[in-house]
Amino acid sequence: MTYLATSLFLYAEEGAEHAVELGNGGVLAEWAWLIPMVPLVLMFGVLFLGRRLPMKGWELAEFSMLFVAVYGVALFIANANQGIHYEGAIEIATIGSFVLEWGWMVDGLSIMMYTVVGVVGFAVFTYAKGYMEGDIRFTGFFANFTLFAAGMLVLVSAPNLLQLIVGWELVGVASYLLIGHYWEDHENNAAAIKAFITNKIADVGLFIGVIIIAVTVGSFRFTDVLDAIAGADDALIQVAFWAGLTLFIGAMGKSAQFPFHVWLPDAMAGPTPVSSLMHAATMVTAGVYLLGRMFPLYQNELFAVDVKTIIIIVGALTLFLTGLIALVQDDIKKVLAYSTLSQLGYMTVAMGAGAYTAGLFHLFTHAFFKALLFLAAGSVIHAVHSNNMSDMGGLRKYMPSTYWTFIVGSLALAGIFPLAGFWSKDEILASIQHDAGHGGGAVASIVLIVAIAGAFITALYMARAVYLTFFGEYKGEGQPQESPRIMTYPLIGLAVASAVAGFSNMPGIFTGFTDWVGARIHVIGDHHAESINFLLAGLGLTAALAGIAAGTRLWRADRETQAARDTFRIPVLYPLLERKYYIDDFYLRGIVNTTKGPIARAIDWSNTYVFDGVVNGVGAGAGFMAKIVYGGIDQRGIDLAVNATAAATGEAGEQLRYTTTGRVQQYAWALFAGTILLVVGFLIFS
Amino acid sequence: MIVNQFLVVAALLFSIGIYGVLVRRNAVLVLLSVELMLTAVNINLVAFGSYLQDQLLAGQVFALFVIAVAAAEVGIGLAIVVLIFRNRSSANIDELDLLKW
Repeated sequence: MTYLATSLFLYAEEGAEHAVELGNGGVLAEWAWLIPMVPLVLMFGVLFLGRRLPMKGWELAEFSMLFVAVYGVALFIANANQGIHYEGAIEIATIGSFVLEWGWMVDGLSIMMYTVVGVVGFAVFTYAKGYMEGDIRFTGFFANFTLFAAGMLVLVSAPNLLQLIVGWELVGVASYLLIGHYWEDHENNAAAIKAFITNKIADVGLFIGVIIIAVTVGSFRFTDVLDAIAGADDALIQVAFWAGLTLFIGAMGKSAQFPFHVWLPDAMAGPTPVSSLMHAATMVTAGVYLLGRMFPLYQNELFAVDVKTIIIIVGALTLFLTGLIALVQDDIKKVLAYSTLSQLGYMTVAMGAGAYTAGLFHLFTHAFFKALLFLAAGSVIHAVHSNNMSDMGGLRKYMPSTYWTFIVGSLALAGIFPLAGFWSKDEILASIQHDAGHGGGAVASIVLIVAIAGAFITALYMARAVYLTFFGEYKGEGQPQESPRIMTYPLIGLAVASAVAGFSNMPGIFTGFTDWVGARIHVIGDHHAESINFLLAGLGLTAALAGIAAGTRLWRADRETQAARDTFRIPVLYPLLERKYYIDDFYLRGIVNTTKGPIARAIDWSNTYVFDGVVNGVGAGAGFMAKIVYGGIDQRGIDLAVNATAAATGEAGEQLRYTTTGRVQQYAWALFAGTILLVVGFLIFS
Repeated sequence: MIVNQFLVVAALLFSIGIYGVLVRRNAVLVLLSVELMLTAVNINLVAFGSYLQDQLLAGQVFALFVIAVAAAEVGIGLAIVVLIFRNRSSANIDELDLLKW
C-alpha cells in the first residue's frame, strides 16, 4: 500500500502561511526504501561472506555507503528542484484494527539526513579501511559499522514512531558493539555498557512519549500526529506537555544532553572512525532529528510550547558546561567529544528557540567538520600511537595533509567566516535573539549570552587542541608519518565540504537549505533568520577570534605544555572541570553504588526474608494440606470406599457361585419359573 | 372357523414338552420333549395364520422355518448325545454336571 500525501505545507514566520505545492519525488522516492535496506542486507553479506572476500568485507560495506551517498545526493538535488513529500509503506501485519507498517519517509528532513549519513558515511568508511588495517576483527567491525549506519537510516526513514524506535534501538545496539570493539580492555567494555545503559534510561522517556502520543492520536504515523497537531486535537492538547517532555528526554539520551551526556566522552573507547560517524551523522543527531520531526508539537502555541523553555535551558547548560570541560582534556578525542556535546547543545538550543532550520543547519554543517576533525585526530593517533596531546606536538611538519584539514575543521567549528560553522552558528544566534523578542523572554536573552560565550570557548579549546597537537616540539616516541592516501583523501573531501556547506544557507543571499529541509507537511512557525544580522554575526565572530587569540596566548608553540596548563590552573574551577563537575562521581557513588550497596542489600534482605518467607510459607502450607488430603481423605476415605466395594463384590460372588450347579435341568427350571413369573407379572400389571 | 381346539391341543403338547424337558433324565427324551414344544409352537403359528386369513401366509412360512431349525437342532443334539454316550456309556443328564463352579 502506498499513498501519497501531497498537502499544504505550512512554512511561516510568525503566523504568515505560504502554501507550497510539494512533489511526490517520482520513481526516486518510490524506491527510497532501498536506502536503509541496502546497508541492512549488505551487513549480513559482510558478516557471513566478508572473510572470503579479497578485502574482507570492506568492499560490501563501502558499496552500501556509496549507494546511500549517491541515492541521497540524487534525492537532495531532486528535492532542491521541487520539494518532495512522499510516504511509502507496506503492511507487515494486522492486529485487530491496528496495522503494523514498514515504511519510508521521503521529505526534506529525511533527505537531508540520508545525504549526511551517506556522504559522511562514505568518507568515514573509506578512511576506516586504512585505520582498521590489520585489526583482528576487521570484518566484524565493518559488519557492525554497516549496521550502525543502517540503523540510523532506518530511524530517519521511519514514517511512524514504531519504526523510529526500531532504528533508534538498532543504532543503540550497534553503538554498544562498536564502542566495545576493543573488548580485551575492561575499560572499553565499561564504556560500552555505560553508553548503552545511559541511552536505555533516556529511552524510557521516548517510549512513554510514544505511548502517550499513539494512545491519544490512535496512530503511530507522523503524518497523523502532525495532522492532529495542525487540527488542534483536544485530546492531544491535554497530554502535549508530558508527551513533549518525555520525547525530549529520549532525545536527550541519544543526543547526549546534560545530564545524560556522560556516555558520549566515554564512547571514545571505540575506534576513531566510530567516534567520527557517531558524532557526525549517526546516533547523536538522532535526538535533534526527533525534535525536528516532532517540531510542530513544540512550536504550536496550544501544545508543548512550555517544553521549549526546558529544551533551551538544557541545551544552554550542555553547550556551556561541556565546552569548559573540553578545555582541560588531554585526550584529543575527548576534546572533540566534549566539543560535540557543546555543539549538540547549540542544536538543542536552536530547537528550543523554535528555529527548526537553524538547528538542522547546524546539524548539517557540524556533521562535516566534526567527522573531519575526528578523522584527522584519528590520523594523528594512527601516527603517534597515543590519544594524549601530551605525547604529540610539532606534527605540522610530519603530517601536512592532516594538519591543514584539521585547521579547516577547527576554523569551521570555531565559526570563522566564511566556513560552515560561521553560518550555522550565526543562524542559531539570530534565532535565539528572535525568540527573546517573541515569547522566549529573559531566558532566551540569557541563553543568547551563553551561546556567544560558548563561541568563545569553542574557539579557545580548538586553538588549544591545534597548538598542543601540531605546534611546538614533538614529545612522543618514534618518527610520526603522514597517514596513507586512503585516510587523507577522505580528510580532504570533508575539508572541502566543511568549507562550502555553509553556503547552502546564507541569510539574505541564498537560503536554499531553508527550503530543502522545509519541504514537508506541517512545519509551523519556524523562527529562522530572514536576513543576516550583522550585530550578532559580528559578536559571534569576535568571540571566536578572541578565543583563538586567547588560545594562542596560552598555548602558543614556544611555551611548555605544562606551563600553559599552570597558567590555566584556576584553583576551584580547574579541579571541577578535571572531575567533569563530579557528575560521573555522583552517578557512580550516588546512584550506582547506592543501588549496588544499601538498596541492593535491602532488596536482598526483603527477598530473603519477605518474599522467600511468603513463598516458603505457601510451600509448607501446601505440603501440610497435601498430607491431610493424602492421609485423611485419600487413604482413609476414597480408598476405603473402593476397597469395600471390591470386597463386597468378591463376597457376593463367593456366595452366589453355588447356584451354578452344572445341572441343565435346574437351569431349565429356573428359566421356566422366570417365564411364568414374567407372564403372571404382565397379566397382573397390564 | 374356531381356533380354540387347535390352541388347546397346542397347549397340551407344550405342557407335555415342558414336563419332559424338566423331568426326564434320558437326554434323548429331553430332546424329544423339546421337539414337542416346537411342534406346539408350529400348530399355533399355522392355526393363527389360517384364522387371520393372512395373504402372505406368514404363519405357515414361519412354521416351515421352525421345522428346519428344529431338524438342525436335533441333529446337533443327537450327535452330542451319541458322543457323550460313547464316552461315558450313559445318556443320563443328571450325571452331566461338569459346567459347575
